[in-house]
Amino acid sequence: MKITRRPLLAAPALMLAGRAQAQGAPIKVGTLLPLTGVAASAGNSAKAAIELAVELVNTPRPDLASMPLMATTGFPAIGGRPLEVVIADQQGSPSVAQNQALRLITQERVVALTNGYQSGLAQTASAIAERHGIPYVNGESVATNLTERGFRWFFRTTPIGPDIAAIYVEFLKAARIDGRPVSKIAIVNENTEYGTSIADVIRRTAEQGGISIELQIPYAANSADVSAQVLQLKGAQPDVVIFISYTSDAILYARTMRAQGYRPPILIGDNSGFSDDNFVQTAGDIAQGLINRSAFDPSRPGSNSFKINALYKARTGREMDDTTARMMQGFLVACDAINRAGSTQPAAIQAALRATDLSADQLMIGYRGVKFDDKGQNTKASVLLVQLRGREYVSVWPTETATAQLQLPYKGWE
Amino acid sequence: MILAQVVLNGFLMGAVYALFSSGLTLIWGMMNVVNFAHGDFVMIAMYVAFVVFTALHLGPVFFVPAAAMLLFLLGVTVYFGLVRHVMRGPMLAQILGTFGLALVLRYATLWIFTANFVSLPENLLGDVVTFAGLRLEPSRVAAGIAALALTIGLHLLLTRTALGSRLLAVAEDRNAAMLVGIRPDPMQALAWGLGAACTGVAGALIALFFYISPLVGESLALIAFVVVCLGGFGSVPGALVAGLTIGVVESLTSFWIGPAFKDVVVFVLFLGVLWFRPQGLLGKA
Repeated sequence: MKITRRPLLAAPALMLAGRAQAQGAPIKVGTLLPLTGVAASAGNSAKAAIELAVELVNTPRPDLASMPLMATTGFPAIGGRPLEVVIADQQGSPSVAQNQALRLITQERVVALTNGYQSGLAQTASAIAERHGIPYVNGESVATNLTERGFRWFFRTTPIGPDIAAIYVEFLKAARIDGRPVSKIAIVNENTEYGTSIADVIRRTAEQGGISIELQIPYAANSADVSAQVLQLKGAQPDVVIFISYTSDAILYARTMRAQGYRPPILIGDNSGFSDDNFVQTAGDIAQGLINRSAFDPSRPGSNSFKINALYKARTGREMDDTTARMMQGFLVACDAINRAGSTQPAAIQAALRATDLSADQLMIGYRGVKFDDKGQNTKASVLLVQLRGREYVSVWPTETATAQLQLPYKGWE
Repeated sequence: MILAQVVLNGFLMGAVYALFSSGLTLIWGMMNVVNFAHGDFVMIAMYVAFVVFTALHLGPVFFVPAAAMLLFLLGVTVYFGLVRHVMRGPMLAQILGTFGLALVLRYATLWIFTANFVSLPENLLGDVVTFAGLRLEPSRVAAGIAALALTIGLHLLLTRTALGSRLLAVAEDRNAAMLVGIRPDPMQALAWGLGAACTGVAGALIALFFYISPLVGESLALIAFVVVCLGGFGSVPGALVAGLTIGVVESLTSFWIGPAFKDVVVFVLFLGVLWFRPQGLLGKA
């Protein structure tokens, strides 16, 4: 047996940790997640990540010391008071999201709100926060207009519509240079805020880049059958298909394409549904070569992403997906701002959020940093493209940072 | 060719609609109790199939009957444990009773199985077959055949057997049935059991090609209510006709107009039929 001295070294640290146990009344942060409804799988993945984040903030983690609040206990700048999260189920409904936001603010007395998941729901919930003057930090909703509303209390860490559209269009232009036809493009999008806004911004960006969108098919994400859409694509034979979907519909599309024997040369599945580990586990085998976007690459040992993913996996038995990682990062940015505010006053937290300037090594995700512009949008968010190989996404583009070679055409089930 | 495939897919999906509506026809159409937990019965059956397959490694030949039997028991239990009591109360009690049951089933499943999506391996019944240029999924074809068989079976049971006559008698007039010596409770329980068992067969077969999650019942339940209404209350063949009609209309609308509008067309059609035939396509006035 190999004898290790690590535990002995760790003992004094643990004793110190015991003494430095979080003190005082907990500081409450409210988090809105879809724990039920069609997006329940994503919401519950995120719940596990948020709970992990709370545990990491409240216990000293020297191994993650490069990230704010990790090496210490609770909020050191506010007398070491512990963090408490109040997770509310928004049930995938914009009106429930609004009611829950109101409840968290007026009854639970949270000092900040976070997350929201679906863009359409973050939209209604953040309007409540704005009215009550409570900071709202969102880490995952990508509809552009969320930060175009002139809100003063809304902050967003994720890359958004235009960033995403830009990388897809650059990628398609590069593919065209490689001699692949990209003249016929079809977008298939779920028809709420998320799908519609991403589809629109991709269309605009593509047309500016000289690529036209030939076909756009909006659909309702809770459809029980998608075969007509797949046949429509099969008839139109586009060079590139871009899906913007949530989890259940993403699974149905993959299965229906297999059943109808349809494979476009290039298939892009935009994040949400396609990043969900549930998609990868239930339909990954028949969607080989699918291209997706991501900001989370946990493959490099020693990186914060790697360590967080390992902790998450120990807790849930699953890999952390990109959406979950972006959600957790948004939550952690809110916690960091509360600590720097040194107070639970909303105005102080808002000022601290405005002053946020985190560098890449202080994050658990692959952004260049976190720094908000006047609209509350993170200016240092970045995104890369990944491709599904087996049951894992590997980064393939831009080529400078890629860890694997891009493989085209789309393979699907072969 | 693609249009033919669109119609075919619509038919097969329609057969699935008919299949999981058959149980509801029996319970709602005949017993006059709206079972809001119907979608969740389908969901439970899908999980039965999943558990039997993953834990016991037994295929559809085993898990379809297993789901039917378990759901039969569930139906009878629900009747004696809940429905019999709420039926004495006002209409609202019935509605909220089964709605509450739906939530209990849904969240109990959520608690046990988590919100994660699971699925049975694809092509458990074999790979896609190409016939005259049309692609046929064996699992959907099996569901279609089962829908037809169940419909015919139920129809024969109700119209050609003494048991069916007794069931119908209780459905028509509980007191009159008691006067001629039929005890209503066992009949009602049997209707719930049979209805749930049909739902069990439907769920287990749908699990062959659909994802499984505790919330899957939500996306399937509404259409079942429409199918029963459109087909005519208590008419088993009506549910089949209505299911097939809705399947094809949905498919063609998605293809020609756009998937976002398929519900609009289906419901306009539904309202139109109710306008001219409030009793439904094959219902008795």
